[in-house]
Amino acid sequence: MQDQNLCAAENRGVKELGGEHVGWDEVTQGIVLTSFNGDATGIVHQKAEERHYSDFNSYTASVASWRVEKPVFNIDVCIDCQNCWVWCPDTSIISRDKQMLGIDYDHCKGCAVCVEVCPTNPKSLLMFSEQTALDTALAAWPEKKKKEDK
Amino acid sequence: MAEKFDIQDREVWDGNYAASQALRQARVDVVAAYPITPSTPIVENYGAYVANGYVDGEFVMVESEHAAMSGCVGASAAGGRVATATSSQGFALMAEVLYQASGMRLPIVLTVVNRALASPLNVRGDHADMYMGRDSGWIQMDAFNSQEAYDLTLCAFKIGEDHAVRLPVMVHQDGFITSHTAQNVYPLQDDKAYDFIGDFKPVDDLLDFSRPVTYGAQTEEDWHFEHKAKQHKALMDSRPVIDAVFEEFEKLTGRKYNRVESYNMEDAEVVIVALGTTVETAIVAAQQLREEEGIKAGVVAIRCFRPFPFDQVREALKGAKSIAVLDRSSPGGAMGAFFNEVSAALYTTDTRPLVTNYIYGLGGRDFSIDEAKRIFKEQKAHADAGYITTDIQQFSGLRGPKLGYFQTQRG
Ligand code: SF4
Ligand code: SF4
Repeated sequence: MQDQNLCAAENRGVKELGGEHVGWDEVTQGIVLTSFNGDATGIVHQKAEERHYSDFNSYTASVASWRVEKPVFNIDVCIDCQNCWVWCPDTSIISRDKQMLGIDYDHCKGCAVCVEVCPTNPKSLLMFSEQTALDTALAAWPEKKKKEDK
Repeated sequence: MAEKFDIQDREVWDGNYAASQALRQARVDVVAAYPITPSTPIVENYGAYVANGYVDGEFVMVESEHAAMSGCVGASAAGGRVATATSSQGFALMAEVLYQASGMRLPIVLTVVNRALASPLNVRGDHADMYMGRDSGWIQMDAFNSQEAYDLTLCAFKIGEDHAVRLPVMVHQDGFITSHTAQNVYPLQDDKAYDFIGDFKPVDDLLDFSRPVTYGAQTEEDWHFEHKAKQHKALMDSRPVIDAVFEEFEKLTGRKYNRVESYNMEDAEVVIVALGTTVETAIVAAQQLREEEGIKAGVVAIRCFRPFPFDQVREALKGAKSIAVLDRSSPGGAMGAFFNEVSAALYTTDTRPLVTNYIYGLGGRDFSIDEAKRIFKEQKAHADAGYITTDIQQFSGLRGPKLGYFQTQRG
């Protein structure tokens, strides 16, 4: 199953940078933000969803508002080759233990690079307009195409 | 541990060598640099210190000045003492990253050997690059000779790294005239110099893994304005720190620096306001005119170009009748930038002396004592007439017919 919670967490991107600050004299020196709450030793061994990101982290802020088309992931066709994960310029492919799980829609910019590099037939990632529901998109998935004679 | 570098109490150093020695004595952790004339010898010398074991830090060779300053930003954010050098086109290529450094409040020291900006291509000195940096949020200090290049570079570390300041600092010197002219320099011994600057105490260093931080965050309209306000305040509030560092330096060496330097200003009626090596030329001209013709000539020089010493400029020039502000940079379709700033300071005084703008010395064109005298005499004519008798903006030392703009609306 695709983990929808992981793909677009509702609680992410709520607070704007400097959310608690009220005046110019209270903003941080040099816009330096702490990335995590509390101790962060060994953080590299934790998965993103296990980390205590701070409210003002680039992980917690959504930067996806300008996306007009979104990549939709079809787990039934995917062969977990990790091509999309390697190529996504925004680290927005969620993969765990070499298993492709879906798209981080808080950070995906909709560039379609992942779709381009996906090698399956049909592709396991396709671009749909932003407002298309996941079910509708999956129902409209194309059939396997025959190889064209050259 | 670095090898001991033997220096005498008096050395014959050019400005580049003086600056590189200051970097060595500051025990800089990282120098990321790309060579460009006339500042090349600074990092070239530094490279030799690294190769010969005189410094323990890292020398990062990069592919451009943009990368050089980027490397400096990274190393400084990581928690190191960082410096580099540049000139002209290299400075221009760094421009984008200069704003990153100051916005992130990283106390990087940049020694800028001033040189004209192309086109036409030119390796000689003028102040085009200095002016280009004037809104970048860096502290900018100007050395008029090799000794000052050495002294101010030491001071730059102490000022920029002060936790009340935390801003990057540029130390300027004139291309070739200062950078390549060997003069007597009285350096400090290594330990004394290092003790004066002190250990580097990082704030929010990226390499502190127990408290990882993000540098260079995006703010948009929500917080950009507030951050810029705070950055501006930090720059304005650096003034007392600069004064205190200059005072401490005087106690150590006997050499006194001021954010605005004044010569013969007690009774001066006609004044040249200038930057760089021109200051010394103007001082000689002023002294000769006083002796030869009894003209009460004085010179005001800006040591600290940013933060601009608005109040001190006003104070220094309050007794003057006629003032020439010398811009060693193409005015680009306006009055000279320096003229505009000095004029703004004077406009808010009660006496409002006459002010003219001279564009001079572009691309390394010589500025002579005779030319300074001629300018002083023109000022004397203005002062006697009570109005500006020439164009308000003039090109001085230009070949061919006169070039000038705007006249006083008198009567
Ligand atoms: S569309 Fe672009 S940003 Fe979004 S997941 Fe695919 S490669 Fe990444
Ligand atoms: S590139 Fe396509 S097949 Fe490969 S992991 Fe990504 S979605 Fe699956």
